[in-house]
Amino acid sequence: MAQERSAAIVGIHEYPLRVAPGVSAMDIKIDSIRAALDDAGLSWGDIDAVYDAGDGEAGGGLQLSAYLGLRPRVIDTTQVGGSSFEFQAAHAWRDIAAGRCRVAILSYGSTSASNRVAIGTGSMRAMGGAGNWQSNMELPYGSTLIANYALVKQRHMHEYGTTTEQLAGISVATRRHAMRNPDAVRAMTDLEFVGVNEITAQDVLESRIVADPLHLLECCMISDGGGALVIASPEVARDARKPPVWIIGSGEATKYRENGGDITTSAGAQSGPAAFGQAGVSPDEIDIAMIYDSFTITVAVCLEDLGFCAKGEVGEFAAGDRLAFDRPGLALNTDGGGLSSNHPGMRGIFLLLESVRQLRGESHSQVPGARLAVAHGNGGSLGGTHTGGTVILAKD
Amino acid sequence: MPKRPQPRFPEPNSQPFWEGVREGELRYPTCDACSEVVFYPRLHCPFCGSRELSWKVSRGEGSVYTYSVVRQNRMPGFIELGAYSVAYIDLDEGFRMLSSVVGVDDPTRDIHIGQRVKVEFEPQEEGDYPIPVFRPI
Ligand SMILES: [Zn+2]
Repeated sequence: MAQERSAAIVGIHEYPLRVAPGVSAMDIKIDSIRAALDDAGLSWGDIDAVYDAGDGEAGGGLQLSAYLGLRPRVIDTTQVGGSSFEFQAAHAWRDIAAGRCRVAILSYGSTSASNRVAIGTGSMRAMGGAGNWQSNMELPYGSTLIANYALVKQRHMHEYGTTTEQLAGISVATRRHAMRNPDAVRAMTDLEFVGVNEITAQDVLESRIVADPLHLLECCMISDGGGALVIASPEVARDARKPPVWIIGSGEATKYRENGGDITTSAGAQSGPAAFGQAGVSPDEIDIAMIYDSFTITVAVCLEDLGFCAKGEVGEFAAGDRLAFDRPGLALNTDGGGLSSNHPGMRGIFLLLESVRQLRGESHSQVPGARLAVAHGNGGSLGGTHTGGTVILAKD
Repeated sequence: MPKRPQPRFPEPNSQPFWEGVREGELRYPTCDACSEVVFYPRLHCPFCGSRELSWKVSRGEGSVYTYSVVRQNRMPGFIELGAYSVAYIDLDEGFRMLSSVVGVDDPTRDIHIGQRVKVEFEPQEEGDYPIPVFRPI
């Protein structure tokens, strides 16, 4: 199938700090937009489309456009949790292909660490505010976000015999990548990780249980951070400073708790095949998998749902260090992931940023000759209401 | 038992469920048009869009679909609770609800997937809604 090459990521920036006291989310966004434009060789006035998840200020694209001082022709405030950026990248591709705009910016900023936001171990929804049809049925039970994902892991282990030792391979490979990424090493140092070093499956098994059966070293960190990326038309991409990274396929989906439903299958089972089908490539052609690693189980379920292995077989697929960049086959989360590099709350943008670095040859854990990457975001709660956003990326 | 967070009203979707709980009943709506079980309760049927629903009373028995034991929760009321369970319970009438399995010595050892359980209504403070939880049969 001929791939449609109608929009490319031409500029990227990842905010280097994971603990940034005194800096606002908007500061992080503006710094990142400026740097991503510079990376592309573009300027402020070139921006004609703004995609925003409402992370900097309430109001999303409306307030961000006003703060930037721009009059964009396209404004998109898609907010579907951590996968918002995969959805937005797909929308930017579609809008550019339709001729609605030429230079789109996506940005993210968050100060979750400095603000001491208990994302994983607070209640699933804020204590204040009115009840709704879901919160009234869930809040009395004190389920945390981590417990929600733990429900999925428990069922996966029960149905398929998956073990923590097998899934620990995800943590092991990801930490290996993090130790090669100076920003990730600094993150773990600044956030006072107990050991800033490579880890083994045994370390994961011996780390304390936060919510059975999820251990601490299976859970992402909570950091500050952010970034930005510029998506542009082929005409703009031709003159950009760096080689273009083309968006060649996308899919979006949602899933939620259903009576009798299978909790071990995520929205990725819908968004993944849609993206691969559009791109005309199959999972076994992919070099780099950037999969949202809020927890090991998130990666595990999404790897299966995207078709990298059959349902129930991820334990064997991920065990040991098989997904490390220096092992044959698929390389996973080569930036160090949310487990060991950064997780300010919505990690989806970093999946795209590291995919681009790999396809440009700029990663700290570079896979030689990487040509195809998939960025798959999971937003919301894996064991409840969530989204899946899949983007397939290719170099020339 | 610490005070659990209460459902908040007005909230029309879940209000009949909680009024049922106050009367010692686990109620669930079904669709008059397509007969599907609607849960969590809503004011429409998510299968066909009908607004015509009828409330029924569950026998309150089901099995554990999956569970977790929470070791750390910073929310007031749960901080001091120690390890406690959260679970999806598949009721025999065909609906799945989030709840907690109680009445076991050690939730990390004594709860398992497929375990048969029955609802009970955990009293809260005076005037509060009781909370439906499940105990192994
Ligand atoms: Zn119906």
